[in-house]
Amino acid sequence: MDRILVLGGGVGGTLTANLLARRLKKRIDAGDVDLAVVDASGAHVYQPGFMYIAMGGERAEKLVKRERALLDKRIRLVIGTVGHVDEAAGTVSLTDGTVLPYDHLVLATGARILPEAIEHFETEAHHFYTAEAALKLRRALDAFRGGKIVVGIASMPYKCPPAPLEVSFLIESELRERGLREKSEVHFCSPISRAFTIESVSEMATPILEEKGIELHTFFNVEAIDRERKVVLSLEGEELPYDLLVLVPPHKGQQFLIDSGLAPAPGGWLPTDRHTLRVGERANVYALGDATDLPLSKAGSTAHFEAPVVVEGIVAAVERRAAKGKHASYAGNVMCFFEIGDGKGTLLRFDYDHPPKPPKPNALWHLGKIVFNKTYFHTVPKGRV
Amino acid sequence: MLETEPTINRTIDARGSFCPGPLMELIRGIREAQVGDVLAVLSSDKGSKVDIPKWIEKAGHRLIAVEALEGYDRILVEKAR
Repeated sequence: MDRILVLGGGVGGTLTANLLARRLKKRIDAGDVDLAVVDASGAHVYQPGFMYIAMGGERAEKLVKRERALLDKRIRLVIGTVGHVDEAAGTVSLTDGTVLPYDHLVLATGARILPEAIEHFETEAHHFYTAEAALKLRRALDAFRGGKIVVGIASMPYKCPPAPLEVSFLIESELRERGLREKSEVHFCSPISRAFTIESVSEMATPILEEKGIELHTFFNVEAIDRERKVVLSLEGEELPYDLLVLVPPHKGQQFLIDSGLAPAPGGWLPTDRHTLRVGERANVYALGDATDLPLSKAGSTAHFEAPVVVEGIVAAVERRAAKGKHASYAGNVMCFFEIGDGKGTLLRFDYDHPPKPPKPNALWHLGKIVFNKTYFHTVPKGRV
Repeated sequence: MLETEPTINRTIDARGSFCPGPLMELIRGIREAQVGDVLAVLSSDKGSKVDIPKWIEKAGHRLIAVEALEGYDRILVEKAR
């Protein structure tokens, strides 16, 4: 029997498991393949929706579905927290003592946020990486009557690279709509030499920042928050006063990946082959989504495009053959919508060899993002798109 | 090449990592280093030899050298503050 274990019930894990169930249906029904997903909560959360709790009237309860309801009935769902992977024994231990053996392992374990890594973050700064934090930011914006808004990034990498720029654009639009723009400043802090990691996107976004009067601060790596003086300090020695501070919190991979020797400290990102998506030299361990160290966006879209490649690799191993066809290798495909504000958006579509060429922002791409968000649960996790 | 090789306290091998990976690795190294330490960053990303010296200047550290080696660049920096 081939035992396939998928750790993580987010976009990558759920889609991988459902595509595996589809491809291996007969073998699962015959008892030749066992397919299980391990998830800590049993709830599947659509994280890209969090930003819209803060900026677009989205409600947290609309962003959650039971993982069981999204998985093919052939897949076993184990609810538990992973404690350790023992590669020599080929087992995964959960913190409740359960031991799960595997022949093929998929690590779709996502990223963790660590606001507590920066002193005073939790009392002074807002973010939009949980439903609760996004709602708190919404309330702070509702109470805002003018002043300095600073949007920054605590460290790289982080989930959804366009999000802080999008939030800056959306906040600026909102301030104009509410008649607060004249009484406000919006500052966007980038840790690198330009507004965005990918040069073509930076070239698209920088004039929009200028048009909207959002001040760009480059090489601003957040070092500390001085809550007495209400200033955020950079490693580079600058400081910016704020009335409302929005910071992308530091991100890391899962601690058990470091403890199990699968990912290096301190980041905990899995060393992943850019084409096969195997972890290191391992023939039977795959990674996808936010958990990898690939030089790509940490975004559901990345996992969406990676899942068929992981699936082909595992199906090939189960069928004792080499991976073949269009999903034998991952080309670095990513596609994501990018909000510009004022009801407009654009689209970033790229791969390892082709940087994005974002089209001129228009209402269509904004609507595309809204429709995608609303239909997500019916499409992506089930492998319908 | 430098005539006299300074004592390197730490080498950050960021070869194979893409922008902004090498810069982020250096920033982590600088955070952990003592004032006066010399760090060497190895990077195969072509953007590093432009971006990293710019960051070093902005952050108030001292750029010692940018060397083109076989297939990668080596950037030496002293933590100055």
